[in-house]
Amino acid sequence: MKLTGAQALIKSLEMEAVEVVFGLPGGCILPAYDPLLDSPIRHVLVRHEQGAGHMAEGYAHVTGRPGVAMVTSGPAATNMVTPLMDAYMDSVPLVVITGQVATGAIGSDAFQECDTVGITRSTTKHNELVMTAQDIPMAVRQAFHIATTGRPGPTLIDVPKDCLINTMDWYWPTDEEVAASLPGYRPTMKGHPRMIKEAAKMILASERPIIYAGGGILKARAADALRELAELLDIHVVTTLMARGAFPDDHPLCLGMPGMHGNATAINSMQKADLLITLGARFDDRITGKVSSFAPEAKVIHVDIDPAEQGKVRKPDVPIVGDARLVIEEIIKAIRDLKAAGTEQADTGAWKSRVSGWREQFPLSYEQSLPGEALKPQFCLEQLRDSAPEGTILVSGVGQHQMWSSQYWKFTEPYTWVNSGGLGTMGFSIPAAIGAKVGRPDRTVWAIDGDGCFQMTAQELVTAAVERIPIKVAILNNSYLGMVRQWQEMFYDERYSEVYLSPEVPNFVMWAEAMGCVGIRVDSPEEVQPAIDKANSIDDRPVVIDFRVDASEKVFPMVPAGVSNDDMILPTWQACNLDHLR
Amino acid sequence: MSAPATNHHILSVLVQNRPGVLARVAGLFARRGFNIFSLAVAPAEDEGFSRITIVVDVESAPLEQIVKQLFKLIEVVKISELDPRRSVERELLLATVRATPEQRGQVVELTNIFEGKILAVGVEAITVSLEGHPDKLDDFEELLSGYGIVELQRTGRVALPKLDRQARLRAVAK
Repeated sequence: MKLTGAQALIKSLEMEAVEVVFGLPGGCILPAYDPLLDSPIRHVLVRHEQGAGHMAEGYAHVTGRPGVAMVTSGPAATNMVTPLMDAYMDSVPLVVITGQVATGAIGSDAFQECDTVGITRSTTKHNELVMTAQDIPMAVRQAFHIATTGRPGPTLIDVPKDCLINTMDWYWPTDEEVAASLPGYRPTMKGHPRMIKEAAKMILASERPIIYAGGGILKARAADALRELAELLDIHVVTTLMARGAFPDDHPLCLGMPGMHGNATAINSMQKADLLITLGARFDDRITGKVSSFAPEAKVIHVDIDPAEQGKVRKPDVPIVGDARLVIEEIIKAIRDLKAAGTEQADTGAWKSRVSGWREQFPLSYEQSLPGEALKPQFCLEQLRDSAPEGTILVSGVGQHQMWSSQYWKFTEPYTWVNSGGLGTMGFSIPAAIGAKVGRPDRTVWAIDGDGCFQMTAQELVTAAVERIPIKVAILNNSYLGMVRQWQEMFYDERYSEVYLSPEVPNFVMWAEAMGCVGIRVDSPEEVQPAIDKANSIDDRPVVIDFRVDASEKVFPMVPAGVSNDDMILPTWQACNLDHLR
Repeated sequence: MSAPATNHHILSVLVQNRPGVLARVAGLFARRGFNIFSLAVAPAEDEGFSRITIVVDVESAPLEQIVKQLFKLIEVVKISELDPRRSVERELLLATVRATPEQRGQVVELTNIFEGKILAVGVEAITVSLEGHPDKLDDFEELLSGYGIVELQRTGRVALPKLDRQARLRAVAK
């Protein structure tokens, strides 16, 4: 069967069971948009290519399937760099297709030419410049295979215009052919049996164990296995920013988020543990604080599918390379075997009561505003949380609102939390929420955004309105780049430099309405609930609530950058009890 | 130009011979802050593969990290760290050295002692070549420098495990 390269590209996407492509056409990718008209694949037309990338990420986060974005060459490809890097940092499976100038023009500084594979080499797990139409199906199969296996990540296929126009003989490579074409790519899935046994022994012998669960749990679909392991031996679990929802917040063993803005118990239980059972986490600097004083008494079991994470930051006592789900299941089996053979678990009673004591003394808290005072952002989040329909997906931008979202929301199931962790991409939430809603149209999707973030990608609400993707947006608007303001207040003697955004410009309600959304402004606590109820009742268009919140509110607890986790800053009313964490 | 004996590691990296693969390898070293001391690349015995010989100058802990990062590149098929004591290393040196007619005989003699070759002779200069172990090239280069080196180019080393000690080849990742 003879097909044009463009037809082969779209057919290849169909073969990969792609249901939606986020994109924006242009010169070099034009030929691919013609056969798209005849394809069952849905296309979501974005207003900026960065939006397409983040939408594909949001889609991938909530569905577990690779997100797909397609854009043209040159500026479109460079606009895709941020989402690619974001996906790379957070191990999100993404396949991006970019147009390229015709093969004969490559290297001539042609119109809208750029070295896309060169530019994205360090922002993708793998990328490929296709040189003939005949190579397109294999390039697509490789891209999906690489993006979704091992440690997931973004891949990019750069397709010159002539490759889209020229004809080829259609074929679809087999799994064997794909594997043979990638002789250097063989992700390790199963953990080493000796290491697994070693881990099981170490877990049973530990008196102060903590399970340190990272985003790898979600990537490996290992939430059930994690829960079984935690319950088997009654071990507390901390869930990192990327793992929120991987273990239910309402579970008695869940300690919530550790790290720079984690809660005191989660941070301190890692510090004082004698064993960190690290599952799909990477000892990020936001978790460890000053590395040399991080969890000084803990032995470390490190389960990660990426061998390069073993020993990158903290040398593990028991490194296990493999898929988190398979490895946890094996560890559970090994623990059961050891117990059956008479090995008893060490007494963790004293440890658990210490942890419970911290939880009682150091709950997350904030000062409620008095009547007439400015609205507290945490209060808005609590109201949003308590009014959210079951299964609501929360998508956040980056900054204070992100930390409050992670702190105050109660995540009870996996894949209900989407955010930009590693790269910290401001402007992530609106497009990512759109992608999430496309992936899970049955769910309510709330985007929590800051006023700074919102102004970076708000134009995608036009996409949402026109394409009838009814997301809900809560802007926690403090008229500041709030997190930067917090650092300037705390570490730069309250010298505020370039962090004040105008409180009246833009008019967010008018802006929302202009984009085809419903806009609501909330200034006082008593307006909060009616606004949320109204937003939750609208399902035919996006809604934006502009919550005017207290600009002086800071995120606590806080472990300042580069400082030991032992020296966390607590809110003033808890700081006097800091000794109780020793 | 010589690598200090202490932290000198030779990585032999088998890669798929595809466009951009050298840029990926070099880019990775740059991104992770490792200096490449020397690098040689050429097609390997199997069609479709190339072998890159990289000499890096690092402690062993960061070396482990760079090897793991390197192996994450899709086109990297195998990485071996070659122990200098158990491998054969070779390098080629070309040098144009200032030599007046009176000095010419000395340079020729020196080159002969090292079993090098005279490639070209001019009125005021002479171009010589030497193939051999990089340490030997270091010695030769130092002795030549006394005459004044006009231009010098070394290839960077290539290495293979010693034939009778194949078993000792430490496969870092495969």
